[in-house]
Amino acid sequence: MENGVVKAVDDVSFKIPTGKVVGLAGESGSGKTTIAMSIMRLLPSNGKIVDGEIILDDEIDLTKVDERYMREKIRWKKIAIIFQGAMNALNPVLNVGDQIVEAILAHENVSREEEWQRTKQLFEEVGLDPDRIRHYPHEFSGGMRQRVMIAMALACNPSLVIADEPTTALDVTIQAEIIDLLLDLQKAYNLSVLLISHDLSVMAQMSHHIAILYGGKLMEYGDAVSIFKKPRHPYTQGLISSLPSVSRTKKERKLVAIPGSPPDLLNPPAGCPFNPRCPIAKDICYKEMPTLEKVDGSYVACHFVDETKDRNIWRE
Amino acid sequence: MLLVTLLTKRKIETFGGSNRMSNDIELRVEHLSKFFPVRQGLLATFFSKEKLYVHAVNDISFYVKKKNIFVLAGESGCGKTTTGRLVLRLLEPTAGKIYFRDKEITSLPKEEMRKLRPKMQMIFQDPYESLNPRMHIRDIVSEPLVVNHLVQGKSEIEARVVDALESVGLTPPENFIDRFPHELSGGQRQRVAVARALITEPEFVVADEPVSMLDASIRSSILNLMLELRDKKNLTYLFITHDLAVASYIGDYIAIMYLGKIVEIGDIEKVMTNPQHPYTKALIAAVPEPDPTIKKERIPLKGEPPSPIKLPKGCIFSGRCPFAFERCNNEEPTMIKVEEDHYAACFLLEK
Repeated sequence: MENGVVKAVDDVSFKIPTGKVVGLAGESGSGKTTIAMSIMRLLPSNGKIVDGEIILDDEIDLTKVDERYMREKIRWKKIAIIFQGAMNALNPVLNVGDQIVEAILAHENVSREEEWQRTKQLFEEVGLDPDRIRHYPHEFSGGMRQRVMIAMALACNPSLVIADEPTTALDVTIQAEIIDLLLDLQKAYNLSVLLISHDLSVMAQMSHHIAILYGGKLMEYGDAVSIFKKPRHPYTQGLISSLPSVSRTKKERKLVAIPGSPPDLLNPPAGCPFNPRCPIAKDICYKEMPTLEKVDGSYVACHFVDETKDRNIWRE
Repeated sequence: MLLVTLLTKRKIETFGGSNRMSNDIELRVEHLSKFFPVRQGLLATFFSKEKLYVHAVNDISFYVKKKNIFVLAGESGCGKTTTGRLVLRLLEPTAGKIYFRDKEITSLPKEEMRKLRPKMQMIFQDPYESLNPRMHIRDIVSEPLVVNHLVQGKSEIEARVVDALESVGLTPPENFIDRFPHELSGGQRQRVAVARALITEPEFVVADEPVSMLDASIRSSILNLMLELRDKKNLTYLFITHDLAVASYIGDYIAIMYLGKIVEIGDIEKVMTNPQHPYTKALIAAVPEPDPTIKKERIPLKGEPPSPIKLPKGCIFSGRCPFAFERCNNEEPTMIKVEEDHYAACFLLEK
């Protein structure tokens, strides 16, 4: 095997405003999950945050606190996470009620009685039958298990929820229910949500703001409507134009296909990581990574952002 | 008896397209079913009276016109993949008939079927699992030629592999031919899988979720490639997908499946813009739009799909249907014509 350092995420900055849903979009290997795991400080042992800050509530830098502080004060209480694949995230030999109670117990000083009450209430809020609280994970369908995961995430009243591919691998009718549930809860509790998804259509339906990642770098950041209606980064433009839709049946327009493949993070290209696939790349793109600049309503990291105004570079 | 068969045949020919001459039809499926026996415990085999079956595909009929892309869509467990395998006789049907052109292939002996196989190929879902990791791309792509004894001599094989790689956009072919699958990206692997399917110069290809493992920007390149190859090589596809947005882009006709049955079938534009079956409506309403300014009105379904072992009485969708009335629980609806090239199986259409 080759050895080397993978810069999974490189110099990425963004804010999650209170009560907003921020989407982290990108294809496989773009660094989405690494960002989530860095925030939770759950990177695998060979992974390291080498530089940067993660500031929670304008005061605590999560890169500076120790594991114990994370465990006791931050995880579940302040930041909860909903993993993809609810099948694997739940313990198969414990009933789901016990698992939720365990999460509450570890963090809050309340009696067992109160906890079961709270768990029942959580079950109702996520649309599960409270009588099924003692059932085991295998007795639930995929969609219901994801509801259990959501109940667990809300158990300790966190202010930030990280949803990592919350609807991936669910059937589309179930996916729609989970999307609606997450949005209802987000509004009801004024939650801040970091939504991670490879599915830009899901992202369009859920996010207020969207960050587009490519090769571990932030390419574009803006409100959802700008990202979808007036994307400015060549990668974003290509990505948005590659999405099929049920409301466009006839082939009036060919979908854009971005040539080439995502970068090898062991040997990333010099300069902008998108340069081998970019139709407007010039000399400077192979030397320097552009900085994120404010362009109209969004932030874009492209040397030639003037060339993408009012046009889609992939459509000519 | 003769009259009866003639009538059913005519009825079936109206599904999935307008009445055309039969030489315009590549594949015809009539009353196809596949039931898998359920393994029961020892005690149950002694004491239970009836044997249990999973009704994976339950009496479906459709036909695919030449050079068309016919989409089979539905959620997990609806029977779309089983149908794809039955059509190629990778599984033996429990009942029903499959015609490839004018040839009835369900009763074809193995040897005859083998001769037909080069004309009917398959592209699988996961290019990470469908390619043997220990074989060079050359051997993966040429294998169908070798096992079917279609070519003699190394140089001819080499030439055909180079052609196939070029036709799927893996250029220059010499950069790929001596590589292993793990050296290629997901999109490149799926191109290899397409090249392997096309090297025998098939006329009919079953593509089972060929893009569902791929990232968005790569997905569109494979879809465009499949469309381009259809035109260049006059292919007919049976395209299996759970993704109605992908279906809308690539398909000419679509059949929506639920619990082993086709609930709606027809010209894809008609089905997508004017869906009639409540399940189709709910499915289309659930697909997220890649546009934050569009908020769709959902059609909530009750509960989860029932077990394919003990099928509900009446309409299979009645238990989850928000519009079900008494008749739906007792009687099974048949296909009703909505408009030209568009049929749905729902009693609401009779009203």
